[in-house]
Amino acid sequence: MTPQASLLGRITDYANRADPYPLYEELRKTPVLHEEEGGPYVVSSYYDILSLLHDPRISSDAANLTAAGDDELSGPEATGLPPSFIRLDPPEHDRLRRIANSSFGPPHRPRRIDSMREDLGRIVTELIDGFGDAQQVDIVDQFAYPFPVTVICRLLGVPREDEPRFRTWVDPLVASLDPDTRRTADADFQRIARESRMQLGMYLAGLVEQRTKEPRDDMLSDLAASHGPDGSMSMMEVLSTAVLLLIAGHETTVNLITNGMLTLLRHPEILRRLREDAGLSVTIVEELLRYEPPVQLVPQRTCIADIELHGVTIPKGSRIWLVLGAGNRDPERFQDPDRFDPDRGDIQHLGFGSGIHSCFGAALARLETQLALAELARRLDNPRLLEDPPPYRQNAVLRGPRHLLVGIDGVRS
Amino acid sequence: MPAEEFHEWLRREGRIVIVGASLAGLRAAETLRAEGFAGSLTMIGDEPYEPYDRPPLSKAVLLGKASPDHTELPRRREIDATWRLGVAATGLDMAAKRVRVADGDEVPYDRLLIATGVRARPWPKEDEAQLDGVFVLRTRDDAVRLQRRMKAPPRRVFVIGAGFTGSEIASACRDQGIEVTVAERADAPLVGALGGVIGTVAAELQRDNGVDLRTGVMVTGLEGDSTGRVRAAHLSDGSTVETDVVVVSLGATRNTDWLAGSGLGAGPRGIACDAGCRAFDFRGIVTDDIYVAGDVARSPHPLFGYQFLSLEHWGNAVAQAEVAAHNMISAGADRRPHLWVPAFWSSQFGVNIKSVGVPSLGDEIMITQGSLAERRFVGVYGYQGRVIAAVSFDNTRWLEFYQRMIETGAPFPVDFPTVDRRPEGRKPVPADFPDPSLPTHGPTVTLSGYSPADRHLVFTPARH
Ligand SMILES: Cc1cc2nc3c(=O)[nH]c(=O)nc-3n(C[C@H](O)[C@H](O)[C@H](O)COP(=O)(O)OP(=O)(O)OC[C@H]3O[C@@H](n4cnc5c(N)ncnc54)[C@H](O)[C@@H]3O)c2cc1C
Repeated sequence: MTPQASLLGRITDYANRADPYPLYEELRKTPVLHEEEGGPYVVSSYYDILSLLHDPRISSDAANLTAAGDDELSGPEATGLPPSFIRLDPPEHDRLRRIANSSFGPPHRPRRIDSMREDLGRIVTELIDGFGDAQQVDIVDQFAYPFPVTVICRLLGVPREDEPRFRTWVDPLVASLDPDTRRTADADFQRIARESRMQLGMYLAGLVEQRTKEPRDDMLSDLAASHGPDGSMSMMEVLSTAVLLLIAGHETTVNLITNGMLTLLRHPEILRRLREDAGLSVTIVEELLRYEPPVQLVPQRTCIADIELHGVTIPKGSRIWLVLGAGNRDPERFQDPDRFDPDRGDIQHLGFGSGIHSCFGAALARLETQLALAELARRLDNPRLLEDPPPYRQNAVLRGPRHLLVGIDGVRS
Repeated sequence: MPAEEFHEWLRREGRIVIVGASLAGLRAAETLRAEGFAGSLTMIGDEPYEPYDRPPLSKAVLLGKASPDHTELPRRREIDATWRLGVAATGLDMAAKRVRVADGDEVPYDRLLIATGVRARPWPKEDEAQLDGVFVLRTRDDAVRLQRRMKAPPRRVFVIGAGFTGSEIASACRDQGIEVTVAERADAPLVGALGGVIGTVAAELQRDNGVDLRTGVMVTGLEGDSTGRVRAAHLSDGSTVETDVVVVSLGATRNTDWLAGSGLGAGPRGIACDAGCRAFDFRGIVTDDIYVAGDVARSPHPLFGYQFLSLEHWGNAVAQAEVAAHNMISAGADRRPHLWVPAFWSSQFGVNIKSVGVPSLGDEIMITQGSLAERRFVGVYGYQGRVIAAVSFDNTRWLEFYQRMIETGAPFPVDFPTVDRRPEGRKPVPADFPDPSLPTHGPTVTLSGYSPADRHLVFTPARH
């Protein structure tokens, strides 16, 4: 890309994927950045993002997004599936999220996540055992990817062995969330994304049908059978919810774990402390969500009224990007923001967003990552980075290494 | 000693006494230590327990989900204090800088923090209040006694007063299948705090959950049997309700009696202080060594015309304690004002209720999101053309936005669309608060511009 390229262009440019933070610093100098006619309004300070995440004039509705002209993916006609609750506003959003939550978290299932702890521990152990006596492992392929996939499959009730099948549909879907790809994408690419979503939906429909006949202890069964005070989901709603949970349930955690391992390897002193005290993983994961959040920006918001921010009027109907990764390192909010410091007193972050769309699976993602990092730290003997920076995934929204090659002297028992 | 030097000395070897060893007292103590106070710290509390948390007492504890003996407040850090628990402070000598305690001792201080909170207002007829089966709910001991009786289980619980605590108790009863009658002088539950529009929703909520709700009535008397156990309550409409447990939820009284005659600006409405938590004496002159925080404090608030505000809000107790502690050991320019935006939450009948600002100041309300009929909504209160408060039922996550509107004095009525606005919410309606001169169960916010000591002084201006 040429040096004159827009700031946003440089942020989405793959060349800057490994370290977007200097660009974010530049971004924060303009509280509301609007680089081109018809382009998004970009907000990057911690307090501004937080306030917009709670602003009822900001919509996540796919229909509003499409009207603002950038979201071919979400129209119901386009894919045959209605938008999932992440792309809806209240009251529909609230209804669907509540039904989904009733089989997942408090108040109905307060212990569902915690009761998975042992199970998760076992999966982690098996994966690390699987490293054998290799001198080199790829943390992504051998651990950070298979772990959350296995977990979300179990939770939803999707057969783990079908992973190669749904992978072919998930990949193009996830790629289509990347604003850079999207801008350069041709019609074919969009068509493939739409078809993938439909295929994935149809695949899940088969499973849901089975569960309707023979319910088991999994979320697909619960979603299909829910008859709470909010009524039940239609079949189509069950499917789009399941698509959402399946994808969001692992695409982000992979990055959180990988970013975590990378960060620890760059901070050997903290890695050593974690090895001695697994309890440190709690604050490490919180600080990671601030320092290297797996979701870097939220590009799916539009405003339904004129909004004034720092003297700039964002006109009704405009798209708004909230750059979480930049807000998390805002020196106005955090002392020494570019330092990875799990000991900082008040670790707050936008890593899970905030407001009604705040990450549905936060509790699960936290637990998975805490267990994963603590166990990797404990068992890997003399781990060291073989490539720094590692190669990154294409995506600017869901950012993380594609591979993370680590040299080890062995695996402890 | 110059101020700077004095504060250095104070931080190093001063003596700080905190009266009231509960939420505000504990958080203040922790803040003192966190900010480097190394002197001696004495915590005086009349309850025999380490600081514990009260909100669960009317929620999880009554539901049997938490033990009343285990609601200790989590500790943020070591405070290395001398604890004098189970001993009440009985007097204050401002000139000698000493606190008198019940065992006859006197504790000297260089800085004093008063955080004595409030106590439940008892049933006014003393002999009836003594009946076995009549309870209030403020302390851990209260909760233990009430919970034991609820386990029995009673045939019917009778709650006097449908404010937040009374409503939460009713909710806990219904949740366990216990019959409950609630009597409220106003026309609906929660009206003192949230007004009649929301009160109507609260009333439906109670009735749908099987509460026998009697509004617009007063309890005229409680009746005991020959063994001294309560057996019935009589109402002003002539009806009688048979009951074996009565919970009196008539609001609270400030714990300031022990300060009578001390010269401090302390009265039944609390202890007046400046925005920096420094207490006023009864002449309205600010003291420099006595601070107040929590439910017992009344402080002027710029968002509400600098009227004195006393709040019975958990979050306020924490925030005010932190500011008071900071200011106690800081010299002038480093002091901070306590400018907390009031916020209160409650949970009852499966609904999360939260308010920000001071709803009872509002004269109009408009529903900006959701719907009253669904009991999921955000309502905004207006006062003289600006947003003064907001309340949410099962919609907490939006309130931050409304808080900012309150802070910036945003105009009312609200004229922009929101993501979940239904037709009913398009226009403001009267919020319908009862006449403030009529007592209700006692709201959790009191605004008053009265003289600091609430005494009837004769005003004699100095002659020139
Ligand atoms: C049942 C219940 C439910 C509640 N629910 C909520 C809720 O949902 N949300 C919310 O925001 N708030 C709620 N509150 C209010 C919240 O608990 C109070 O705002 C908070 O406890 C105030 O803390 P404080 O330290 O100022 O006072 P308190 O907690 O009242 O503590 C004062 C302490 O000082 C002691 N004391 C009094 N006089 C003396 C003396 N002379 N000498 C020594 N010690 C003395 C008292 O015994 C007490 O231990 C609830 C309160 C109760 C009782």
